[in-house]
Amino acid sequence: MLYREAGQFSSHYAEDRRIFRLRQDRLGLVFLLVFAFILIPWLGNDYWFSAILIPFLVLSLAGLGLNLLTGYAGQLSLGSAAFMAVGAFATYNFELRLPGLPLLVSFVLGGLVAALVALVFGLPSLRIKGFYLIVSTLAAQFFVPWALTKFSWFSNDSASGVISAPKLEVLGISFDTPAGRYLLTLTVVVALFGLAHNLVRSELGRHWMAVRDMDTAAAVIGIPLFKTKLLAFAISGFFLGIAGALWAFTYLGTVEPQGFDLNRSFQILFIIIIGGLGSILGNFLGAAFMVLFPLLLSNLASLLPQGLIDAGQLEHLQKIIFGALIIIFLIKEPEGLARLWQRLRAQARIWPLRH
Amino acid sequence: MFQRSFASSLVLALTLGSATLNAQAEGEQYFPLQSYRVGPYAAGGTGFFGGFIDYLKYVNAKGGVNGVKLTWSECETEYVVEKGVECYERLKGGLKGAPAAATNPLSVGIAYATLERSTADKLPLITINHGRTDSTDGSVFPYAFPLQLNPYSEVSAIINYIGQQAGGLSKLKGLNIVTLYHGSPYGKETNEVLKTLAAQYGFTLTLLEVPHPGNEQQSQWLNIRREKPDWVILRGWGVMNPVALKTAQKVGFPVNRIIGNIWSNSEEDAAPAGAAAKGFISITTHPSGTDFPVLQGIKKEVIDQGQGDLADPKRFGTVYYNLGVVNGILNVEAVRIAQEKFGQQPLTGEQVRWGFEHLKLDDVRLTALGAKGLVQPLQLSCADHEGGGAVRFQQWDGKQWNLISDWVQADRALLRPIIEASSHKYAQEKGITPRDCSKED
Repeated sequence: MLYREAGQFSSHYAEDRRIFRLRQDRLGLVFLLVFAFILIPWLGNDYWFSAILIPFLVLSLAGLGLNLLTGYAGQLSLGSAAFMAVGAFATYNFELRLPGLPLLVSFVLGGLVAALVALVFGLPSLRIKGFYLIVSTLAAQFFVPWALTKFSWFSNDSASGVISAPKLEVLGISFDTPAGRYLLTLTVVVALFGLAHNLVRSELGRHWMAVRDMDTAAAVIGIPLFKTKLLAFAISGFFLGIAGALWAFTYLGTVEPQGFDLNRSFQILFIIIIGGLGSILGNFLGAAFMVLFPLLLSNLASLLPQGLIDAGQLEHLQKIIFGALIIIFLIKEPEGLARLWQRLRAQARIWPLRH
Repeated sequence: MFQRSFASSLVLALTLGSATLNAQAEGEQYFPLQSYRVGPYAAGGTGFFGGFIDYLKYVNAKGGVNGVKLTWSECETEYVVEKGVECYERLKGGLKGAPAAATNPLSVGIAYATLERSTADKLPLITINHGRTDSTDGSVFPYAFPLQLNPYSEVSAIINYIGQQAGGLSKLKGLNIVTLYHGSPYGKETNEVLKTLAAQYGFTLTLLEVPHPGNEQQSQWLNIRREKPDWVILRGWGVMNPVALKTAQKVGFPVNRIIGNIWSNSEEDAAPAGAAAKGFISITTHPSGTDFPVLQGIKKEVIDQGQGDLADPKRFGTVYYNLGVVNGILNVEAVRIAQEKFGQQPLTGEQVRWGFEHLKLDDVRLTALGAKGLVQPLQLSCADHEGGGAVRFQQWDGKQWNLISDWVQADRALLRPIIEASSHKYAQEKGITPRDCSKED
């Protein structure tokens, strides 16, 4: 009933082509944005901003970056964390070496540097596919942290190799409070999600999907593989680079190369697998699952009376439960949480009828 | 069906939890523990936090700090930075009205990430025997305390010891020293000061990095064999240490020319290497052993009552465990000293910070605590957040550590200008005006 489409006609082509064709979807989005931009900063506390919402948003963005490459263009990659590291360190160096450069410009420049690096490591994709391509992106994952550690110029010769974030100021307004950092992250993430959503509906996005489904067939109908694949790597690198910069600057406030290790790449890969490959919404759902569930378990565990279960075993138990949940979700819905939402939505549209 | 049972178990867990939480009263002093019991560094985490918790239990069994009972809760970090930050944010507000005294993450990475948060939240950040060296300068870092031994003092003491062995610091000239360090902020922290010391004393220095976690060191040790150094300083952590000792044996480097630093000095570092570790030398700020009255007290009041935190009771009195006890003593003493000024009640982080800055442990006080010989005499001030700066050397005989030297003092006068230069650079970057320590009470 809520999702009734009756009476919603398109009288112009533009209306037919809009991203959210249903009025309910548009209203839902507006409510969500109002909620995220106005209600949450008003209701939330430091713990929610600094420990839950910011990492959730940043990892959603990182998931989006990888999803463009893997979910839409079909190129497997295990180098996501390396590109995030490039973005973080590039942004830091732009801020450091070009004083007065606006923060958002540094973010974009950092993203562009990450795009360049991703482009270089994407070159082998023209010759190799699938699991073999993973190996080549794995090289990025080992090369980048090594280079960032080896050449101390990247971390401004700091003794321990840890960089600490500059002041967060946009147009003279300071975003250094937890709520401010949340708002800054949210703004960047929402803007980039809007961009990505449009991108995958564009000509390029359709090229990506054609390449993903069968690249020989795509080449036969005249899609330039060279350009399409490399653009996928570059654009994915751009998104990941900005995610890395946000991770370093608005979330942790410091960063060391080891913070972007292979485990982070796996985490991002799991986000898109659980959230849904080839879906924009799936990145949020996957990140929520990966970020919120361990925290929920850990918070629940801390409510247990002390001494009931040995503290070390309690940690292992949480890992077991989390692993079991992943398996259960994937058995119930192999195509990810986004598919679950789609099914729910399809049912809601015809409810109370069955077909 | 699954969903329903899952939901009901959630509800059950919640009600169980809230029932026990309500039993805790206000009027207690809270210690947020960012502990780690799983992951590659679990041996360090379980030992350290085991000792820390057992000491807090011991203090409670003796009636608390002037009647104020201590309480704590744990949050697992796995030594991972973002988990440590999450735990910090979760625990910093205290527990059921009991205010937080200080955080003790026992991880350089987490300490770096929570440094600015600690200052903003006015909560002391204790990094015993590690941490960011320039936070020794309390005028710039009012809330960070690298207690007992900061990384620079650590290497300075090692170099002084090598000088002693050679027959005077002047004999350091021409020696060849290799430092093998863990590829992390912790491992790299001392590289610059080692270079300074090498230039000052005229020894040759080679720095070799071992990537985290350090279970593959063949190429580094082949390098060392080519170098033929007089000494190797091992700046290891966790699994890197036994692997280093085993690989040294494989390439034929004598183990009694390897000096382990403060995080390469535990039973868990030497014992897994078996025979390869026999003769290995390391520094320590506190001996292992169970003879100290305070440890006997813990045994009687906590462990024999079945309340001990260690899963393996054999680890009682080991290096990590005793470090946890030392850390407990320093934290509780800071609370006690702060209570003299602010009254015998639960204190805020800001008040406990005052206690840390006025921490003074002399032989009389240490004897009263039953910790003479376990904790070094220590005095902190506004400008000096370290306090001690002395270490002893111990050697592994295949079963246990035996002390082989008296206290060796770091050359703190030499290090101070380097520390101040670094802290002032930080202050300038961050726009901090250093406190005037002569005006602090």
